[in-house]
Amino acid sequence: MKVSLNWLREFVDLPETIDDLRTVLDDLGLVVEGIANVGHGLEDVVVARVDEIRDIQGADRIRLVVVDAGHGPLEIVCGAMNFAVGDHVPLAPVGAVLPGGFTIGERTVRGVTSHGMLCSPRELELNDDHQGLMVLDGLIEPHVGERLLAALKITPDVVFDISVEGNRPDAWCVEGVARDLATRLRRTLRSPAGASTNSATKSDSFASASIDDPDLCGRLTVSVLRNVKVTASPSWVAQRLQNAGMRPISNVVDASNLVMLELGQPTHPYDAARVARHTLRARRARPGETLVTLDGVERQLAKSGRGLGDTGEDLVIVDGDDRVLGLAGIMGGASSEISADTTDVLLEAAFFDPMTIARSSKRHALRSEASNRFERGVDPQLALRAAARYAAILSESVPEVQWLANPIDVHGTIPIPPTVELRGTDIARLLGVEIAPEDVTAILSGLGFSLVQKRDHVQVTAPTSRLDVRAGSEGRADVIEEIARLYSYRRLPRHNPSWPELGVLNDRQRLRRKLRDVVVDAGALEVWTATLGSDADFDLLHRDQPRVRVTNPLAADESVLRATQITGVVRAWAKNYERGLGDVILAEFGVVFAHPSVTSEPRMTKGGAGGTLTLALPRENERVTIVLGRPDDDAKSAVALWSVLARRLGLQDVVVRSVNEAPRGLHPTRAAGLVDRSSGALLGYVGEVDAELVDAVTTGSPLRRLGLLDIDFDALADARLATRVPSAVMMPSRFPSAVLDLALVTPQRVNADDMAYALRQASDLVEEVTLFDVYQGPGLAEGTRSLAYNVRLSSSDRTLNENEVTRCRAQLIDAAASLGAVLR
Amino acid sequence: MSTSPLADLAQQTTELLAAIAALSTLDALRDAEASLTGKRSPLAALQKSLGALEPATRKTAGAELQEARRIVETALEERRADLRREARRSSLETDRLDLGDVIPSDVHWPLAAGHPGLVSLTQRELEDVFVGMGFTVADGPEVESDWYNFEALNIPPAHPARGLWDTFYIDLGEPETVVLRTHTSPTQIHLMERAVATDSLPIHSVMPGRCFRRDTPDASHLYSFHQIEGLVVDRGITFGDLAGVIETFTRAYFGPDISSRLRPGYFPFTEPSAEFEVTCTICRGAGCRTCSSTGWLELGGCGMLDPAVLAAVGIDGEQWSGFAFGFGIDRCAQMRHELSDMRALIENDVRFLGQFS
Ligand SMILES: [Zn+2]
Repeated sequence: MKVSLNWLREFVDLPETIDDLRTVLDDLGLVVEGIANVGHGLEDVVVARVDEIRDIQGADRIRLVVVDAGHGPLEIVCGAMNFAVGDHVPLAPVGAVLPGGFTIGERTVRGVTSHGMLCSPRELELNDDHQGLMVLDGLIEPHVGERLLAALKITPDVVFDISVEGNRPDAWCVEGVARDLATRLRRTLRSPAGASTNSATKSDSFASASIDDPDLCGRLTVSVLRNVKVTASPSWVAQRLQNAGMRPISNVVDASNLVMLELGQPTHPYDAARVARHTLRARRARPGETLVTLDGVERQLAKSGRGLGDTGEDLVIVDGDDRVLGLAGIMGGASSEISADTTDVLLEAAFFDPMTIARSSKRHALRSEASNRFERGVDPQLALRAAARYAAILSESVPEVQWLANPIDVHGTIPIPPTVELRGTDIARLLGVEIAPEDVTAILSGLGFSLVQKRDHVQVTAPTSRLDVRAGSEGRADVIEEIARLYSYRRLPRHNPSWPELGVLNDRQRLRRKLRDVVVDAGALEVWTATLGSDADFDLLHRDQPRVRVTNPLAADESVLRATQITGVVRAWAKNYERGLGDVILAEFGVVFAHPSVTSEPRMTKGGAGGTLTLALPRENERVTIVLGRPDDDAKSAVALWSVLARRLGLQDVVVRSVNEAPRGLHPTRAAGLVDRSSGALLGYVGEVDAELVDAVTTGSPLRRLGLLDIDFDALADARLATRVPSAVMMPSRFPSAVLDLALVTPQRVNADDMAYALRQASDLVEEVTLFDVYQGPGLAEGTRSLAYNVRLSSSDRTLNENEVTRCRAQLIDAAASLGAVLR
Repeated sequence: MSTSPLADLAQQTTELLAAIAALSTLDALRDAEASLTGKRSPLAALQKSLGALEPATRKTAGAELQEARRIVETALEERRADLRREARRSSLETDRLDLGDVIPSDVHWPLAAGHPGLVSLTQRELEDVFVGMGFTVADGPEVESDWYNFEALNIPPAHPARGLWDTFYIDLGEPETVVLRTHTSPTQIHLMERAVATDSLPIHSVMPGRCFRRDTPDASHLYSFHQIEGLVVDRGITFGDLAGVIETFTRAYFGPDISSRLRPGYFPFTEPSAEFEVTCTICRGAGCRTCSSTGWLELGGCGMLDPAVLAAVGIDGEQWSGFAFGFGIDRCAQMRHELSDMRALIENDVRFLGQFS
């Protein structure tokens, strides 16, 4: 919201510098997002008449212009072309300092001396127009030599662009900002003058008003203004509107906008001649009704929207023929708009239910200065004061205007300001510091709260402009916030709380950190790929499966929640590969989603209005996806990486077990599941990226194998699924070990880890079993391979003798035989 | 009766189909394509001969030829698909490897430095600061119901405040009931509900995580980003405690010459609410372009828990009070590392990734 300093100063004395005011406003939570100077540095600029235009030899972009600013002919070099002899233009004479501190001096161009500068609106910082000089004819009646500021009736001003928070319905106007400043600075707040009715004729002899739906329209006032002449606004009105970023239209419309900017009450002027029976009625729109709003769009009314709990309720204002004139509080219709011929005005000033306005405005995607204020809550007691101010402003341009007596004032349901009990300890309990009662009183009464001292508490009643203040304990917090805000947050002492509970990470978080460290230590770079992807991406690995879809994506290719990280990481790798930077391991730690209809564990949670529904949400699965893209990487490097991770994470026994049906994205014949031996849980997959996927995400297909590790972190973090090594350590035997090598011809279907496990179980003397060679080929039967294990035997209390070793060897061979293996 | 030029059509078709069936490799198929369905195909020759026919016969003959062509082309495409499948099957068979047989120590593993991501690195540093201050860390889901993301946080449906968050809605349940979380605040609600259910108040916790806002990406915004949220619910907690925690954190994370200040703000879930600013890390408070000459940079929001939020989760506001704060992890990274374009975070260029340790 743009607020002018001159305007604020009508309400409160503000001798402070601009910087000091900015600091105060920021500290009040009225954050200044920009400061603009208007009409500054124009003191020396005068109106000049163009008397002659001459070409300059050898130059086609500039001309010599002879002007008169009251002191005889002056030669000026000028690059603009948009004016003619006889036009009046602004002249900055030599010595003038323009906005931005630019000093005009004499200068010589192509042998011609220029004695000043003719200016464009942008050079004067009046507006952004830089097409040419500011030609004054048509804008004003120019007089040669007159000061430009006087000619344009501009008063230099400073405009603050203030961001007003959603809980400050009162601050959306000059008076509201001024009230905060006056209270903070302990100064008097002045009110602008309003007019009084000046006709003996009663309003209800000319017009009438009624409310059909008192829950939606709390108050409807109608003032009748007769003898109106539609003209331009006085210049101060026009300037105020322009400074606030609004375009002046006509005195009747501008006065309405000015009152809104000043007091915060939106009003709506109707041409009485175009309102049947001079009657305004507020009612719910009926299904099927339409309205062409002032922006020229036809709106379907009372049509339920997509929004949660949006029943499609619209509040409209209709005339005596039940014709819809406008969407109440949001935008009027074209049919009763003020025109040049308007002579009688019906001025509506009302209070509408904020939520109704908010929903309608959202559903129709229609925001206006009025709806922004109504949806936050306009002071329900402001309507007639606003009408009086409106009449006062209008009478400046139309002194003969008649405001009929007893404006019509119909009431619906008006919210009653809550009363809050403030006990002695409440402030210190919330803020941590006592605030002197006289400060509290000064602050609250300055803001318009009324205070009644009771025996053990103060009864605080909010002003009607503060519909944001709630009742009960919530209202108490609201009131204390106001006290703190006006007292200044910066004056509240800081305190360091302490508590006996320790700050710690839980097991899952520690495991995540450890896993990340190990992966990074192995040489991986961590990537962050998109959560939202296209249908085509989803189909790469999850064709025909239900997907979790965004209702309102920014782009079609960002509309589906990912069900895998593999595609994203492979694509990230491919992009680097195409730049010649593909010799890397990439890893992503993130979440993938499964539609509630395809997961056995949808997340059930409460939702909907009031949290009364039970919703099935997607299953979120945290995964760690590692793509190994270095020149010699393949499934084997992925397995090697896994074996390191498993040991570093303290997993007891995870089998790398071939799968019949690898998930899509993995190389179908080079994939294995990571299966916890004792729980049977699947902790992820290891293998290679399917070449078909690499093809699909690259332009030229790189002939390189990519190792892949896709770990289910949720399973890994669950100690019931991923069995940890026992915390008690194994004490190595101090006696010598015996080492055996066993080459076992084993059926292909027998897993090498299973064989190792069987060997470990064969005897208590087995300390460790390590696979050291795999052979397949000539000399071995089809469907078998030779697995060579290194078996270390030891005992904690003795050196093993030859017999024991021999017996153990036999036990090992028996164990191998139970899996169909024979000694080679 | 004159012999139709298409008298041989059936015969020709049969021969073509047989030729297609006989193709045994993709290479052979590619070589034969022109003579089967292309320019050198008998069908193309027949097509030419149609020109000589009476218009009426030409039409029927044309249709027959069209049908024959369709049959042959379909057969060719099916054969191509079969051969492709066969080629893939055989290459997969050649590739087959029992990963259980891999001997990790045989794998060549060149030594190279890896790097954590900038976001996770920053998150860890922030967590460490808060853990040192006595906070635990809690995680939460990225998809939430409107109840957790909004209503329990005192933002009822259609409340204008919902407009402050540009929300991605998910196509599940009633319209606008499921969202990608727009902030980490729903995790507060989960924590408080859990604490009430297990009678385990107080809470001193920070909640980092990924959030989403429907905001067109540019140098300073991505549609997904990371926040860290703090929540304290305990006895006798005040606004002064909040200001103290913010200040302690600021100095611990940014350094002793950076401090914090609070100014009034608005969040539906806190009252009083504040924005917190820290000394501009570029000019150290002297005033520069980055901080619009104010010497301060806005970092996050905070406030005392609104009684409506405590009520929504069933915490007795007479006994317990608390505060919450939240700010951007990515924003901290941006401030500390002078990151000029946030989009670098998701571009995953290894030259960018290899800088963080
Ligand atoms: Zn700075």
